[in-house]
Amino acid sequence: MTVIEYAPAPESRALVRLEASYGLFVGGEFVAASGPSFATINPATEEVLAQVSEASAAGVDAAVKAARTAYTRVWSKLSGTDRGKYLFRIARLLQERAREFAVLETLDNGKPITQSRDVDIPLAAAHFFYHAGWADKLAYAVPPGPGGSTPAPLGVVGGIIPWNFPLLMLAWKVAPALAAGNTIVLKPAETTPLTALLFAQVCQEAELPPGVVNIVTGAGATGAALVAHPGVDKIAFTGSTAVGKQIARALAGTRTSATLELGGKGANIVFDDAPLDEAIEGIVGGIFFNQGHVCCAGSRLLVQESIADEVERRLKRRLATLRVGDPLDKNTDVGAINSRTQLDTIAGLAHVGEAEGAHRWDTGCALPEQGFWFRPTVFTGVTQTHRIAQEEIFGPVLSVLTFRTPAEAVAKANNTPYGLAAGIWTEKGSRLLWLADQLKAGVVWGNTYNQFDPTSPFGGVKESGYGREGGRHGLAAYLQGEGH
Amino acid sequence: MSRTDLAAQTSASARDLLGVSRLTNAALTRWLHALPGVDQVGCEARAGALSTRSVKADSKRAAIDLAISMIDLTTLEGADTHNRVRGLAAKALRPDPTDPSTPRTAAVCVYGDMVATAKEALQGSDVKVAAVATAFPSGRASLAVKLVDTQDAVAAGADEIDMVIDRGAFLSGRYLDVFHQVARVKEAAGPARLKVIMETGELATYDNVRRASWLCLLAGADFIKTSTGKISPAATLPVTLVMLEAVRDWRDLTGTMAGVKPAGGIRTSKDAIRYLVAVQETAGADWLDNHWFRFGASSLLGDLLLQRQRLRDGVYSSVTYIADDSPSTAY
Repeated sequence: MTVIEYAPAPESRALVRLEASYGLFVGGEFVAASGPSFATINPATEEVLAQVSEASAAGVDAAVKAARTAYTRVWSKLSGTDRGKYLFRIARLLQERAREFAVLETLDNGKPITQSRDVDIPLAAAHFFYHAGWADKLAYAVPPGPGGSTPAPLGVVGGIIPWNFPLLMLAWKVAPALAAGNTIVLKPAETTPLTALLFAQVCQEAELPPGVVNIVTGAGATGAALVAHPGVDKIAFTGSTAVGKQIARALAGTRTSATLELGGKGANIVFDDAPLDEAIEGIVGGIFFNQGHVCCAGSRLLVQESIADEVERRLKRRLATLRVGDPLDKNTDVGAINSRTQLDTIAGLAHVGEAEGAHRWDTGCALPEQGFWFRPTVFTGVTQTHRIAQEEIFGPVLSVLTFRTPAEAVAKANNTPYGLAAGIWTEKGSRLLWLADQLKAGVVWGNTYNQFDPTSPFGGVKESGYGREGGRHGLAAYLQGEGH
Repeated sequence: MSRTDLAAQTSASARDLLGVSRLTNAALTRWLHALPGVDQVGCEARAGALSTRSVKADSKRAAIDLAISMIDLTTLEGADTHNRVRGLAAKALRPDPTDPSTPRTAAVCVYGDMVATAKEALQGSDVKVAAVATAFPSGRASLAVKLVDTQDAVAAGADEIDMVIDRGAFLSGRYLDVFHQVARVKEAAGPARLKVIMETGELATYDNVRRASWLCLLAGADFIKTSTGKISPAATLPVTLVMLEAVRDWRDLTGTMAGVKPAGGIRTSKDAIRYLVAVQETAGADWLDNHWFRFGASSLLGDLLLQRQRLRDGVYSSVTYIADDSPSTAY
């Protein structure tokens, strides 16, 4: 039988020039590391990519001070038009250096190059373009302040972002913060700091005034220092619900405001009248995109019982065509798990799923020997009381549950502490609209999943957090007034 | 089995499949309209994703040869002459005179009156002769004329018949008429394999493409084919994707395989390889054979040969090095 082999088509690493070690980016300069440093590795090979400084409380303090100085002396005095010019410049530079960013993101994160190339980097640039346009139109974005004044910025923003979409999450924080007139201190995740550090170079190239953007690398302690710093006016956090709760506790009673975009256990609800072939694609994309390292992942498939067997059969057939392996290969669909810690978490919860009696299935495809890998996995026979139906796995693991009626679908979808995202698959428009209304989730997709756009607000309800990012709602969260 | 028995047999299988005692338009409508819908955005996104597969070096070489072997080299012009058809046949037999290892095309596709000429020119080879029939391209003629058109081409030696469905009947919901026409033409085609052109550019929606695909398969089509090449848009990747899903699901349901033929608008090697990737990842590798998948094209061959020469010689050639007795304007 003839088969078309997809020969390895690796993207070249030549564009990426890594330093052996990186300092902190404070006041427009890379500051030589004084304290301890840590290694960031390529999760697909476990190769050490670079040494990165761990910012101490003093390092964070220096960054916040630089941001405050830049805010009072320069950035708050610029017109919106001028701020917009810088943002447009950054957006264009991101586009010009898109390939370099994509390769670096894939090296540091483990995600397939096609995803960093087609999703992460273009969307990051789009966020800068979108917010650049708002910079001189803030009065139209939110209701005017007291006496009809232009809405005022908050001051210094502390941004803390996760490792699943490193540059994109940076863009979600930096672009609206700067457009609204704030300055920022950003802490990238400890396993994926490199594109943020490359972004610092872009800020230099764009001649952004020193201190407007500051990057402090480090782990939990660095983030905690940033949250605790009295000079920070707002914390914008994306990450786990557990850390989000710590931040909310730390900020309770202080003058620092916060937006928290936390975990999720998204329900992807498939009715018996769904466009089936596209629904299968949506299920696959919903959970296996980005190795399932997506806060809004459709990790719970709720399928109408009358078509459950059919959907399961088609899903398994489709999974057989997924290619797991070298993230730099353009033919790879599923890349590496970001870290050993995360791999252990995923493997642990998968083990729990088996122990609790759900039926585990994967394609048994070969995995590379080096690096952190987990086969796309489907659990069938899952019920609401299984831990794999309740807890966020944050990996390529799908839990399949069934429902009988629309009301049961709603009840099961909402039976979770989370409320970030959900998907509905049906050809019946009235049902789609009714159901979207019933779901306790910040984002509901109809006959699609995982669609992102800078103009569309994104965020959760319940334990998936509060505040919105993107659109006018997202912008308002960086201005005094209604957003707070 | 006599000829009349075949159409009756097809109707009987259809009744069986639908679970009805009498095959009525209402029964066919219920069955076709119960097929899952196609979400346009999702379908086009999937086709786009399939287009990102990278096929290089040895795999590309193999894919190009496979694509050449799947071509129905076509000329369907009012100005066709016997000499032009002979030229096309010579091209099908020896696509690249500088390289005898080049595979032959699957077939030569001509109007019915050119079948004998094509047959003679291709004598002794495995290259098939396909004839368009049934008042191609519009299909606007009585069933009697369509049947005679078909029988005439088969009598002249056609190995394959490319018929058109009555799009007017389909669009006005007269599915039973379409069914009967296909079944009767299949009967009239006798031993020839029947490709059924749905003219997807006129069906307009993916839902219609899916329904027409199932209707044709139910009526006994050996192949479902997108287009006549006379209407724009002709073949597109999303339309072909929907048809590949149909033959895949048809085999799941009945155990019978049917072929798919996108025709028109596929001009480059890159395009052709995208289609082959879609075949492999949708219907499966079983369909990667010219018995089950064809390209209706003429200018595509030239680009496949250029790419083939480049892979052989390491440098880009030019069209002046592609021998072509009858450069076509058909597609």
